[in-house]
Amino acid sequence: MSIRVLQPGLLDTVQDAGRTGYQHLGINPTGVMDRVAMYVANSLVGNAPDEAVIEMHFPAAALLFEDFAMIALSGADLGAMVNEQPVPINKPVLMTRQAVLHFTKPVSGGCTYMAIRHGLALTPWLGSYSTHLKAGAGGFQGRCLQKNDVLPMRQVTPYNKLLQQHLARELPWMTGVRDLYTTGDHIRITNGSGFTLLDAHAKEQFTSTAFSIAAQSDRMGFRLQGPSLKTAVKTEQLSAGVTRGTVQLLPNGQLIILMADHQTTGGYPRLAHVITADQPSLAQLKPRQHLHFSVVTQQEAEDLLMLQDQRLQLLQNACKLRLEEWLSLYGLH
Amino acid sequence: MNTTFSITPLGDSALIIEWEQEITLPVHTQVMQAFHHLQSLQLPYVTDLIPAYASLSVLYDAVQIRQEAKRPAFIWLKDLLTATLQQTITVTTTPPRHLQIPVCYHPSLGPDITEMAKQKNITTNDIITLHTTATYTVYMLGFLPGFPYMGKVHNTLATPRLKQPRLQVAAGSVGIAGEQTGIYPLASPGGWNIIGQTPIRLFDAALDEPCYCRPGDQVQFVPISLEEFHQLSIKHA
Repeated sequence: MSIRVLQPGLLDTVQDAGRTGYQHLGINPTGVMDRVAMYVANSLVGNAPDEAVIEMHFPAAALLFEDFAMIALSGADLGAMVNEQPVPINKPVLMTRQAVLHFTKPVSGGCTYMAIRHGLALTPWLGSYSTHLKAGAGGFQGRCLQKNDVLPMRQVTPYNKLLQQHLARELPWMTGVRDLYTTGDHIRITNGSGFTLLDAHAKEQFTSTAFSIAAQSDRMGFRLQGPSLKTAVKTEQLSAGVTRGTVQLLPNGQLIILMADHQTTGGYPRLAHVITADQPSLAQLKPRQHLHFSVVTQQEAEDLLMLQDQRLQLLQNACKLRLEEWLSLYGLH
Repeated sequence: MNTTFSITPLGDSALIIEWEQEITLPVHTQVMQAFHHLQSLQLPYVTDLIPAYASLSVLYDAVQIRQEAKRPAFIWLKDLLTATLQQTITVTTTPPRHLQIPVCYHPSLGPDITEMAKQKNITTNDIITLHTTATYTVYMLGFLPGFPYMGKVHNTLATPRLKQPRLQVAAGSVGIAGEQTGIYPLASPGGWNIIGQTPIRLFDAALDEPCYCRPGDQVQFVPISLEEFHQLSIKHA
């Protein structure tokens, strides 16, 4: 009843929606980089939207299914294959015993998510399955997946009749995810308190120039390459609690956007905040890709989040109906 | 409760309550009162409260607020918090805990203590005396799980961060950065001037309460010998 890691990837971790309620102790939330992809992958296999998933970056792991499983991939397309057979994203797929899932090329996006129907049998830490790499806790033994790790599945359904000779079988529906992400390279922001510190030229540069994602970007933060932004006044700021999506101005005039593993507090000026609805799109950008910031109001940011949430709920309901209908057709559950 | 605070957004799912921007005990006491009060209310849509020197960050579920309040989430929560914090807080504020943390100031565990004494033209014993005489307030936890930012240190001890941060600072290392003193709960890269090490484990994921310090704690350091350090290290291992 498990999945074995044959070959580890660059950074494969178990994540969920993140660990809330402990940030006053300096325990940062962690969690998935792309919340939408987690939601979609889980919905496709009939899980709760925030069930723990495996987050993978390229190169990603090779995984041996030691038992039958229903999985779904969402987020980045990393050229998933079972032997010579391609495995599509945003579609539920049945895997047979001894099937090996591997990822061949980074086609699009930065991180992919694998949801497993009924989830993995792991122990939560402080109410979450997210891997906290620094604390060495949560997820799978508090670390990235390694060769020969065995991830137990909570439940196994024998899909042998359906799979017959096939190593993997796609179920006959898929979800569109286009309207859940932004189009083009625009990342929407709301203004932060530090924006007024910039001089007139830097203010203009901030929204008119393209920034690119620097190679040193990671799960803690995306560093941006672009013009060095000058401040009109020199200010020292007291450290304060910060949050995901905050665009901080470093002393050298460069920018960093706080991502899933960000620290709980920070003292750099907060120029802007990436709206929650666009954080998944940002998470899927890769080093050297460009982005433009465009400013929206607080109200617009909230409206966009509501809209995205409604679309996700519709998607979840539709997936649930299709899956239940299909399972009952085959006398499964 | 003092009403001189402002509430501004931190994006669309968080806001920050800010008091007078200074590192003082009176300001921090207000932060802690607000923190404990809001914690006691257990607001279902508030996911995290992060107290700092002179601010309290409030993280919330904007979707949940919008669905229930049928109003813009930030404005609704700002109004609620303003009203709540302006009322006299009736809950008894939690008295701060007093912690005594043993520290060994031997140069083998505090690699910067000798250089620091030389720069300031005092002895390492003077540093130990100055560092252990004061009682410090844990203003906030951050940087690493359970890392306490404490202050203020005696003027003489105030030292800027190292120009070249170390790639590895041992867990338990006690450092000084500017007017602050802190303890590394985990081994980590770091730029603080390390003057000693505590055998106490400041972070242990296996415990129900994994972090030794809480915001608002009052901390005093107690000097111990290298021998005591090794004995206590075994005990706390």
